[in-house]
Amino acid sequence: MEVAVIKYNAGNVQSVLYAMERLGVNATLTDDVEQIKKADKVIFPGQGEAKSAMKYLRERKLDQLIKELKQPFFGICLGQQLLCEYSEENDTECLGIFPIQVKKFPPLDKVPHVGWNNLENLRSPLLEGLDDSAYVYYVHSYYAEVDPKYTIASTHYLEDFSALLHKDNYYAMQAHPEKSSVSGEKILTNFLNL
Amino acid sequence: MLTKRIIPCLDIKEGRTVKGVNFVDLRDAGDPVELAKIYSDEGADELVFLDITATVDKRKTLVDLVTRVAKTINIPFTVGGGISTVEDVKVLLNAGADKISINSAAVKRPEVINEMAAEFGSQCIVVAIDTRSVDGVDFVHTHGGRMPTLIKTQGWAKEVAERGAGEILLTSMDHDGTKAGFANDLTSEISSELSIPVIASGGAGNMIHFKDVFTAGKADAALAASIFHFKEIAIPDLKGYLDKEGVSTRV
Repeated sequence: MEVAVIKYNAGNVQSVLYAMERLGVNATLTDDVEQIKKADKVIFPGQGEAKSAMKYLRERKLDQLIKELKQPFFGICLGQQLLCEYSEENDTECLGIFPIQVKKFPPLDKVPHVGWNNLENLRSPLLEGLDDSAYVYYVHSYYAEVDPKYTIASTHYLEDFSALLHKDNYYAMQAHPEKSSVSGEKILTNFLNL
Repeated sequence: MLTKRIIPCLDIKEGRTVKGVNFVDLRDAGDPVELAKIYSDEGADELVFLDITATVDKRKTLVDLVTRVAKTINIPFTVGGGISTVEDVKVLLNAGADKISINSAAVKRPEVINEMAAEFGSQCIVVAIDTRSVDGVDFVHTHGGRMPTLIKTQGWAKEVAERGAGEILLTSMDHDGTKAGFANDLTSEISSELSIPVIASGGAGNMIHFKDVFTAGKADAALAASIFHFKEIAIPDLKGYLDKEGVSTRV
């Protein structure tokens, strides 16, 4: 199986590559259109700021490519937010795979939301073998709103937000599966088995 | 529900663990990667690696270590010790560290916090504050707590948060090594005042101390070294105890 990890100006993609290595999977970090197109699975990681990430993707036509892919696709963290329609972070139009808004947490408690929080309302083959006692590791200040049509798990911090999203071949997760111990490994394995 | 984090800290010198560890199931007590793996498997929520050599020529050893740790463990980890520039941060993040921690460099030139946060995002910038009480007033100390400054701890904590720190690692030099409990009053004061998470450090001696720092101390995470290294407290036992006491952790 060939896994392509999309190379763009996002931080710490190395940890996703290491996670694939631990699962015994050959993953390549690439921004080559042909290589991404022919991969069996595509991972879109992310850590960073929405506006500059979208600008980078557009300049390299990766935005169009992402919208056209047909194989299982997994957006992580900022990768999830960029798959939504719009982000409040620096007023950014995103890729629009999910018709969902990305909002900033209200300043009612500590922001960013940092640490281990559990998944709720799980419903997807991607989450097979997990239940609401599964904890995943979060570090984020912005979140995708819940949409009953696309939200396949939620997490509660100040608000209920979309922990994971699914539409057609597109999957996305706000937490970091590559840093979420056994729960994260389970989700990555399920994704690779799709 | 967002849970409280338990963070073992490993002191590293020239790529090896120091301060001693006493794990029966460890083949090589000096190998940080092996110790990291055990903690990760036992349910530690994060790890901190503090490089106490931290001289420029030893950097390569640290980068190699970070790479080995990142390849091995599946939980987040922070690297600190001698980090002073954006370039230092870039090298460690590229090697696979999730966060970096700065201390003396931030005191010396506070703008470096803004620069690092702008370049890499606040989420990976931890500012470590070593504090000691002098005649009842809390002052920031640098160089591993040896050098006093005239900066008041509470004001400094607020400033680093405003400059873009993502978390604060607050070490009480008055409590560190005493095993008499964390600095709950100061931790609570700072945690209540700030909108970023506070990791409490210094003084852990028993399980009650952890409960206290999460309740009275309002800490978001608690860090300790020797009590974990010498197996005085095992992480699964600590988490079981906290759960019974109504403090939720990831179990």
